[in-house]
Amino acid sequence: MTPIKTVGVAGSGTMGAGIAIVAARAGFRTIVYDTREDALARARKQTEGFFAKSVERRKLTVGQVDTILGNMSATTDIGGLKACDIVIEAVFEDLKVKHAVCAALDDVCPPHTLFASNTSTLSITEIAAGSGREDRFVGMHFCLPAQLMKLVEMSPGLRTSESSFDAAWDFCKAMGQVPVRTKDNPGFILNYFLVPFNNDAIRLVEAGVAAPADIDRAIKTALGYPMGPLELLDLVGLDTHLLVAEALYASTHEPRAAVPALVKRMIAAGQLGRKTGQGFYTYGGAAMFGG
Amino acid sequence: MFYQLIDTGNSRSFSARHALLESAQTDGDVVIIIGEKVGHALQTLDGSERKTAVLIELGAESLGMHTGESRGAEGSNLLGFSRFRLGTDEPTRLVEVVRQPGSPATALAAAKEIFEGAGLEMAVCGDFDGRIVDRLVRPYYNAALKRLDEGLATADDLDMTLKLGLGYPEGPIALLERTGLEHHYDMTHALFEATGDPAYAPARRARVAKLRAETKA
Repeated sequence: MTPIKTVGVAGSGTMGAGIAIVAARAGFRTIVYDTREDALARARKQTEGFFAKSVERRKLTVGQVDTILGNMSATTDIGGLKACDIVIEAVFEDLKVKHAVCAALDDVCPPHTLFASNTSTLSITEIAAGSGREDRFVGMHFCLPAQLMKLVEMSPGLRTSESSFDAAWDFCKAMGQVPVRTKDNPGFILNYFLVPFNNDAIRLVEAGVAAPADIDRAIKTALGYPMGPLELLDLVGLDTHLLVAEALYASTHEPRAAVPALVKRMIAAGQLGRKTGQGFYTYGGAAMFGG
Repeated sequence: MFYQLIDTGNSRSFSARHALLESAQTDGDVVIIIGEKVGHALQTLDGSERKTAVLIELGAESLGMHTGESRGAEGSNLLGFSRFRLGTDEPTRLVEVVRQPGSPATALAAAKEIFEGAGLEMAVCGDFDGRIVDRLVRPYYNAALKRLDEGLATADDLDMTLKLGLGYPEGPIALLERTGLEHHYDMTHALFEATGDPAYAPARRARVAKLRAETKA
């Protein structure tokens, strides 16, 4: 296997930006691809803000941050990823979209390049089937916020070679992350449990059982969770939750995975969470979490 | 705020010394009734309607069992509460306070002042089975037990993934085994009976633990 030196991240949303920070912080040359200039600019601004906080909190020096940011670049040309040894896709949770991105990557990347998907609910085997390199395709599901959370759920597809999986596993550890091997099942472990749990929390709001702040306070105080479910949903974004939950429901048909009607009403009203300044709570800014 | 405490014995919320018990007076604007026989104590309480609030400890029952209900407009100075605890674990700092549609803000404000003054956290909810935490976490615990049976991952890997991925202090399997799977059975059985929702139907492992506990007893 070719040593991994250059990392591509396809998609510069919340997850993509966080994954890019993880890779760059570990010393990898990191190239972020997105179709939209404004999305890349927003990710860059959030990344700089995150590293500024890292300096404030004395986790990194100014010199280290300069080096990390110098190793990061962005492009709206997918051909800009042709030098990558691994590309992690973090685009919308839609099989057609992921197939289109992976097929385009397959055209520009050399044969040795590993493809990884940050999908949280779709089948790795099904995404790999549209990638042109099913044997070099691995599931790498980072947790939100990726720049702070160590866990990565790693799943082989049915046709993933062990050598590809091992190489991706070693790369994950080289980034300072903690990989856990899971089966290629809907939602893997985390989302299989988290999405229905969050849906249940939304249903409490919908049914008038309690207000969001009371639900979050109860869960944090009783169980010691760092965030309440509705705070977490605001961070994830309700549009993202809708996509993830609909994908999980389509795979499992479990009633608790079905998206509550309130989610669609809030999305229609532009109340997506932190990124629009309004979700279950009201926010004053869109700064990236942590530092 | 001065408050009177009536302890009817065997309180699940306050089974040991606590600042809330120690700061009680012989009389006050608020009456707190704890223990297993709050219903009887409430019936014999004089002048309760003149109090800012009367706070009664609830078990699994609805507040409406004590107040009666009418056309969804019920509500008085009588509020329910319960300190959340899991099975054999000690009570947590969380107090779930149960209100009704017509509960006055003055009663809720008094409850907040007293509970938070005693170092507890208060969360307000409507008069629903399972209130907030049990209603929310029991289906998740059931799912974890079910997926363990189905071999999604080992118990340790399930717990580690949820701890690392979500920052939970303890995974669901370790937590349920530590606090008693038979208690999880009791709670889910009660919620399943009350709601009819299959998500609350006790998981196989909880059922086994309950039957074994009964056999031993």
